[in-house]
Amino acid sequence: MAGTMPPVFAARDVEFGYGGAFRLAGASFDVAAGEILGLVGPNSSGKTTLLRLLSKVHVPDRGEIRFRGTPIGAVGRLALAREVAVVPQEEQLAFSVSVEELVLMGRYPRGRGRLFEAAEDLARARDAMTLAGVLDLGDQPVDALAGGERQRALLARALAQEPGVLLLDEPTSHLDLLHQRHLVGLLRRLNQERGMTVVFVSHDLNLAGELADRLLLLSGGRVVRLGTPHEVLDEAVLEQAYGCPVWVERLAPSGRPVVLGVRL
Amino acid sequence: MISRRRVGVASAVVAGGLAVAGLLGLATGPAPISPGDVVAALVGQARSDLAATVVLELRLPRVLLAALAGGGLAVAGAAFQALTRNPLADPAVLGVAGGAALGAVLGHLGGLGGSFAATLGISAAAFAGALVAATAVYLIATAGGSLPVQTLLLAGVITGLFFSAVITLVVSLVDFAQLGGILHWLMGSLGVVGYRGVAVVAAGTLVGTALVYAQARALNLLALGEESALQLGVEAERVKRVVFVAASLLTGVIVAQTGPIGFVGLIVPHGVRLVVGADNRLLLPVVAGAGATFLVLADTLARLVVQPAELPVGVVTAFCGAPFFVYLLRTRLRRRLV
Repeated sequence: MAGTMPPVFAARDVEFGYGGAFRLAGASFDVAAGEILGLVGPNSSGKTTLLRLLSKVHVPDRGEIRFRGTPIGAVGRLALAREVAVVPQEEQLAFSVSVEELVLMGRYPRGRGRLFEAAEDLARARDAMTLAGVLDLGDQPVDALAGGERQRALLARALAQEPGVLLLDEPTSHLDLLHQRHLVGLLRRLNQERGMTVVFVSHDLNLAGELADRLLLLSGGRVVRLGTPHEVLDEAVLEQAYGCPVWVERLAPSGRPVVLGVRL
Repeated sequence: MISRRRVGVASAVVAGGLAVAGLLGLATGPAPISPGDVVAALVGQARSDLAATVVLELRLPRVLLAALAGGGLAVAGAAFQALTRNPLADPAVLGVAGGAALGAVLGHLGGLGGSFAATLGISAAAFAGALVAATAVYLIATAGGSLPVQTLLLAGVITGLFFSAVITLVVSLVDFAQLGGILHWLMGSLGVVGYRGVAVVAAGTLVGTALVYAQARALNLLALGEESALQLGVEAERVKRVVFVAASLLTGVIVAQTGPIGFVGLIVPHGVRLVVGADNRLLLPVVAGAGATFLVLADTLARLVVQPAELPVGVVTAFCGAPFFVYLLRTRLRRRLV
């Protein structure tokens, strides 16, 4: 991971707050090109805020975020959307659209014309729908889908952007075990075959530890620990972040940590 | 996928419908003229001088104004609905038409006579009024950061009531003789405008509609919410500002000539969306044609029902629009969308 390429994201002392409260209070970290980084931590620790900062929805109050070496403020929104795609946890649609229409919206930063899609856009959108497993849902209105299907449609839209970096907010929250497995497999494949950098937020520490190369553990808007799942999924470290005793077992023979839950 | 071809075909269909409605409007009146004679008059082959005068000088400007006003108000409604992510928004509901009316009234009283400059000046004043009202509604409704539906409608109603109170104040302070046609105009009317007014409305409507249409795809993405739109590369603030100004321009130039005509901007986009879907690239041209057709037909009806007198066209649109609005509100409440 330590090649000569600048990190995809470099955050230095990032502070950001709204509604009178700090969401991030001085976070510094790098996201290396081609890595899978999991953002974990208790509720309102700043995970989703961090995704919004990395996708330029928010601008830091203090500190700096660089994207591939350039201050993110100097990267145009369209240019950034060609590189960085976001899979939101949920989306409230104002008007009814079909899955295909939703996925075609992912072509907005890519298409040549700004007003109409070309045949190539439809082909790319269909590819993305195939990858995310929603090709046969194309004509369905998005608001009629089940939670898991909607999440996969949002994933397809992000893939239609043909990004080098994928940011996902709780991507497995509506998925059953089989679809969680599909998603994890897909993210690994995109990472290995296309070198896609993946940053995801998850409440599921075991899934995060299984998928991620490194975990970033946040608490109260501060970075508690950035390291391998082995280092972060540790009873003492987790207790510091979550404020309660956590039960972690190490599976033989690899010593892979498994979080069993709260110690009651 | 929405293609240029599909938009072209749909536009041709609504244009055909508008042509039929226009022919009907030109043929209808105290002195009925057959559609054949109307066409003859339009191409300069009128069978009599009377028919030529009635069709070309009395009815044609009126039908053109109805078409432009109906199309423009419907496009403004669709634009406000896309901006606010709320299918219950329209220039009248949001109080923007009220602001435009106040601007126009002040322009009238500013001593602007009957010159072409006056027509332009009154339109500009109405545009300014529309912008002030739209900004006020927006600031009130977004004070909490987001734009909840109830707050928005409430802010619109309050703004509208306030502006109509100011209009009442102005009207009651002014000499009756000075009021001239204002009272009649305030009821919403498509009569006595002439080609000069039509030309101004045509220019404003064309510019406003083109500005909105250029943002049609970006508006589709805004329907996902501002955060997703930004993440997909839409310069959300710029798009909103352009569409906001364009919709206020449409409302302003139209209200300046016709007075407030309610409900066109509300029911037409909503009805069309049920048929062609929510994609603004297809929706907007169809909305423009359908709005134009609707107002031409409504005006024809307004001239027919109490002959030889006529109803203000706003009465007809309200009689169609108010029940539809209630129906809309109820179905959305039932689906917990409000």
